[in-house]
Amino acid sequence: MNIHEYQGKQLLRQYGVAVSNGLVAFSPEEAVKAAKELGTEVVVVKAQIHAGGRGKAGGVKIAKNLDEVRTYAKELLGKVLVTHQTGPEGKEIKRLLVEEGCDIKKEYYLGLVLDRATSRVTLMGSEEGGMDIEEVAEATPEKIFKEVIDPVVGLTGFQARRMAFNMNIPANLVNKAVKFMLGLYQVFVEKDAAIVEINPLVVTGGGDVMALDAKFNFDANALYRHKDILELRDFDEEDAKEIEASKYDLSYISLDGNIGCMVNGAGLAMATMDTISYYGGSPANFLDVGGGATAEKVTEAFKIILSDKNVKGIFVNIFGGIMKCDVIAEGVITAAKEVGLQVPLVVRLEGTNVELGKKLLNESGLNIIAAGSMADGAQKIVELVG
Amino acid sequence: MSVYINKDTKVLVQGITGSTALFHTKQMLEYGTKIVAGVTPGKGGTEAEGVPVFNTVEEAVKATGANVSVIYVPAPFAADAILEAVDAELDMAICITEHIPVLDMVKVKRYMEGKKTRLVGPNCPGVITPEECKIGIMPGYIHKKGHVGVVSRSGTLTYEAVHQLSQEGIGQSTAVGIGGDPVNGTDFIDALSAFNEDPDTYAVVMIGEIGGTAEEEAAEWIKANMTKPVVGFIGGQTAPEGKRMGHAGAIISGGKGTAADKIKAMNEAGMEVAATPSVIGETLIKVIKEKGLYDQCKTH
Repeated sequence: MNIHEYQGKQLLRQYGVAVSNGLVAFSPEEAVKAAKELGTEVVVVKAQIHAGGRGKAGGVKIAKNLDEVRTYAKELLGKVLVTHQTGPEGKEIKRLLVEEGCDIKKEYYLGLVLDRATSRVTLMGSEEGGMDIEEVAEATPEKIFKEVIDPVVGLTGFQARRMAFNMNIPANLVNKAVKFMLGLYQVFVEKDAAIVEINPLVVTGGGDVMALDAKFNFDANALYRHKDILELRDFDEEDAKEIEASKYDLSYISLDGNIGCMVNGAGLAMATMDTISYYGGSPANFLDVGGGATAEKVTEAFKIILSDKNVKGIFVNIFGGIMKCDVIAEGVITAAKEVGLQVPLVVRLEGTNVELGKKLLNESGLNIIAAGSMADGAQKIVELVG
Repeated sequence: MSVYINKDTKVLVQGITGSTALFHTKQMLEYGTKIVAGVTPGKGGTEAEGVPVFNTVEEAVKATGANVSVIYVPAPFAADAILEAVDAELDMAICITEHIPVLDMVKVKRYMEGKKTRLVGPNCPGVITPEECKIGIMPGYIHKKGHVGVVSRSGTLTYEAVHQLSQEGIGQSTAVGIGGDPVNGTDFIDALSAFNEDPDTYAVVMIGEIGGTAEEEAAEWIKANMTKPVVGFIGGQTAPEGKRMGHAGAIISGGKGTAADKIKAMNEAGMEVAATPSVIGETLIKVIKEKGLYDQCKTH
């Protein structure tokens, strides 16, 4: 789960990590009020969306007086911002962060992430701040430094110091940078973050080391023990169909194509998408109904697939191991009848109770095309969708 | 022969009194798995599916000699269950539970360093040596005893591959589901090296998916060490970047973990990679025919 920059900064503040002062605003009036409260000469008006690249896309404005704050706030709120991370459809700006202007001396990069190769949390730092870290990694890998963290002792002082020196933080500010890093690790671990990126981390003319941006992503599997984080979820930033699916414990991801897919198991669901593409089709979604799906869950899954107006056909691919084929068949039939299925439906069933499942489908009176294998089903649906 | 488990394996079920665990305990018993004990704290002294239940793993091991545990404990308590199995010095702990917080697994991995127990999973279908011992949630009937090892990050895709093999009369020595999480116990290289050393495994199917670099590392290892043919498949070839495909580990991020990179690494290691999941069985058969292993692998 992602959160907004202003929420990330509030979290950092709680852990004593230095960030500039700022206030969230949902309207131009609130933005002006926030700027007054901050009382600094220059304020920065920043679009709050769950995507990077906002600055380059025109989502960050520097205002020198209250009139400018109002103008920029009006301009940004309601605007659809397209950055290299939003996709071409962009994201509508609904919230702003109004922040004190900052006298930046130099920008750095700092991040915490799980390194899968070592199964440890890893601190990454670079003096090449403000850029995409992937670009830095590509062009000048020698400028990225890593500290692998032992979970028993956590990030140690010497590791943080070594990182600060490697990043060429001015020697008189190293202690401040160390404090920053230790606080950042503490919030990462205590809140079960998956990724924290501070890009840029800045050194200011006043001799501070602070976060100018904050990007947090949290481990979805750990949210049950962080009610405070869960409250920060912004449903406006998520796909409506994905939200609906999550209510039924279905794993659903919207894609751009026109063939709806319903599969059990994540691996098989990905492989089904691949097979459809292999035969020249284009999947409209990834959907894993899971191992313990009931007829009701299958019905909901079907409705979600059909709520996508691009869907011109559906391919159901089930390898019933523990999941029984007759249960799937029942769900498919109920859903197809309830929603008045208008598009072609290809079903491939294999595994437990397969004969019973096929019999139910045959006797349903619905126009269902049976497939003998995953390849056969994919070919059939691709042909039917045309 | 087989790897990791066989007809003599004595199995303990952690969290045995939960509904999922009860269902699968019954299935495993029907398959012929020797389940000697269950553990549910507070339910010690009772029975579940005719299996004696204990309060702690230590007690269960002392009383029954169990050497492998299978874990169905709910996610918030699953990491602790693994630690308990490791502390009791079991040979292996197979964790079926999905949705375990990843930082819990980071601690578990650290705790396991230098310890005796091998972990498989979490978020995996389990391990099966056909017609001898089934530990996990996979449907037993699709498997057939034989000489092809299977190792996979995905459950249902493993069933798909196993089913294709069995239908063609190609049995399996052992199928190992290593799970779809970013931090897990047994990895591809562990399983491949076990298959490499198993005299009854003649060829291996390795099923990977997008995310991480485990497949690339495995391909390197195969190139340097593997004496038996390995056929591969990678799920998620058409998955877009930045979208998590169901498994916590299946995500392409920062241009890393793409299917194309993995397939390239596997090809460079001399592996045949199936173009679609439907031809995993076919591809394996083609390769074992080329290597003159088909007659030995065919189990009718």
